[in-house]
Amino acid sequence: MPEWIVACAVDDVDEEDVIRFDHHGRTFAIYRSPEDEFFATDGLCTHEKVHLADGLVMDDIIECPKHNGRFNYKTGAARGAPVCVNLQTYPVKVEAGKVMIEIGGVHG
Amino acid sequence: MVIVGAGEAGTRAAFALRERGYTGPVSLIGAERHLPYERPPLSKDAMALAGAGMKAIADAGRFEQAGIRLVLSAAAISIDRAAREVKLESGVSLGYEKLLLATGARPRRLAMAENSRRCVYLRTHDDAEVIRAHLRPGARIAVIGGGFIGLELAAAARMLGCAVTVIETEKRLLTRAVPAEIAAVLHEAHAKSGVDLRCGAAVTAIVDHGDGVSIALADGASIDADACIVGIGAIPNTDLAERAGLAVENGVRVDERMATSDPHIFAAGDCCSFPLGVYAGRRVRLEAWRNAQDQGNLAARNMLGRQENFAAIPWFWSDQFDLSLQIAGLVDEGVETVRREAGEGAFILFHLAADGRLVAASGIGQGNAVARDIRLAEMLIAKKARPPRDKLAAADTKLKALLAA
Repeated sequence: MPEWIVACAVDDVDEEDVIRFDHHGRTFAIYRSPEDEFFATDGLCTHEKVHLADGLVMDDIIECPKHNGRFNYKTGAARGAPVCVNLQTYPVKVEAGKVMIEIGGVHG
Repeated sequence: MVIVGAGEAGTRAAFALRERGYTGPVSLIGAERHLPYERPPLSKDAMALAGAGMKAIADAGRFEQAGIRLVLSAAAISIDRAAREVKLESGVSLGYEKLLLATGARPRRLAMAENSRRCVYLRTHDDAEVIRAHLRPGARIAVIGGGFIGLELAAAARMLGCAVTVIETEKRLLTRAVPAEIAAVLHEAHAKSGVDLRCGAAVTAIVDHGDGVSIALADGASIDADACIVGIGAIPNTDLAERAGLAVENGVRVDERMATSDPHIFAAGDCCSFPLGVYAGRRVRLEAWRNAQDQGNLAARNMLGRQENFAAIPWFWSDQFDLSLQIAGLVDEGVETVRREAGEGAFILFHLAADGRLVAASGIGQGNAVARDIRLAEMLIAKKARPPRDKLAAADTKLKALLAA
């Protein structure tokens, strides 16, 4: 059962940046790409459970603030050591200036 | 391909050989009995948190899948450079096309502590287990050395309810690589948590007695402890290289491609000294996790015939209590400092050379408050940028914008 929830306002995230969004004990990272598209992933790095929202976004890559593990935040793909487990991604849509993510089901 | 040393650099190199398409045999020789594991947690979370356990770099399945032959509990005792063979203590000889020395470093020992059975050092997982067993609530723990290992362990011991005394010879903590302003923040955090800090204190004697150890200081004070952790630096493991006649200079000497004085032998990680291009070829040796990874990766590529130069900027971090410190670049390359506030007490120092070039950045704050800006500073350092001082100081100027400028 898909559940769409409002994560933030469009203006809350700068271009080529990321913010943290917590919801019912879960934590997510919401990204805005240089092309002005929005994406969402799990909020914690798969290496050592560090909040990715403190990391650096460059093009389509989020880099973990602690150990420089890298993921493509659009696909969740891990991009080399020390991370080897992909990041969970979530569908995103923008409606009336709000960024919404769907967290009901599990998506690759 | 043979790799001696199954720490971060050696293990990374082994996987990098496969990632770069090498299909021949790869042997990874480790002195310890454990699967290769991450060392940073040994003095941090794994020490402070009960049952955190060992963090393997990769599980046995991944080594098998990658076709990396792990030879554990094994010591390499000699290299026959003419025959291109490494001889193990077990009597086995391994032939190589290219050899990587990733032998790491070992704790510097304190002569005065040699007769004490209550003085302990940290390098390996097994060392960490020994230390962990001492850190019972109420235990009195002395720490000799106010460097990273000593302070991280002091913080862990406090969090576990021990009474902790840190003894440092220098006038302040972390003199080697950390600016005074940042060391002062850590000093305050330790003092506030109840750690007894003795800077400018020289140890004159260490004596075990019935149920503890007494550490005498030059000022006449005596510190009684149940155990004493010694963290006074590390010495590169160069014996194998020296016996093979390789050039050694504060570590196994390598060029910017990580090659030793023998073109068939490379070295990476804590055991080697190398020229840093970004500082006009200044030769350094680093004991840092990311450096080990970067050099392991690069050595692997060059072992396969690439001709790439090492171009990474030194970077390390330390976690103590709820504070995290990060430093990019070598602070002592700077002659001037510009400070930027990063909110909630966090701040970053930008270290500039005489010509205004950004050569290092150091920051401290809760959690990962400074991480992103230190990462951007690292990129500015790599670009040899000369950012305007007022822009560096202004918290509302995004460093990303300076990078694009």
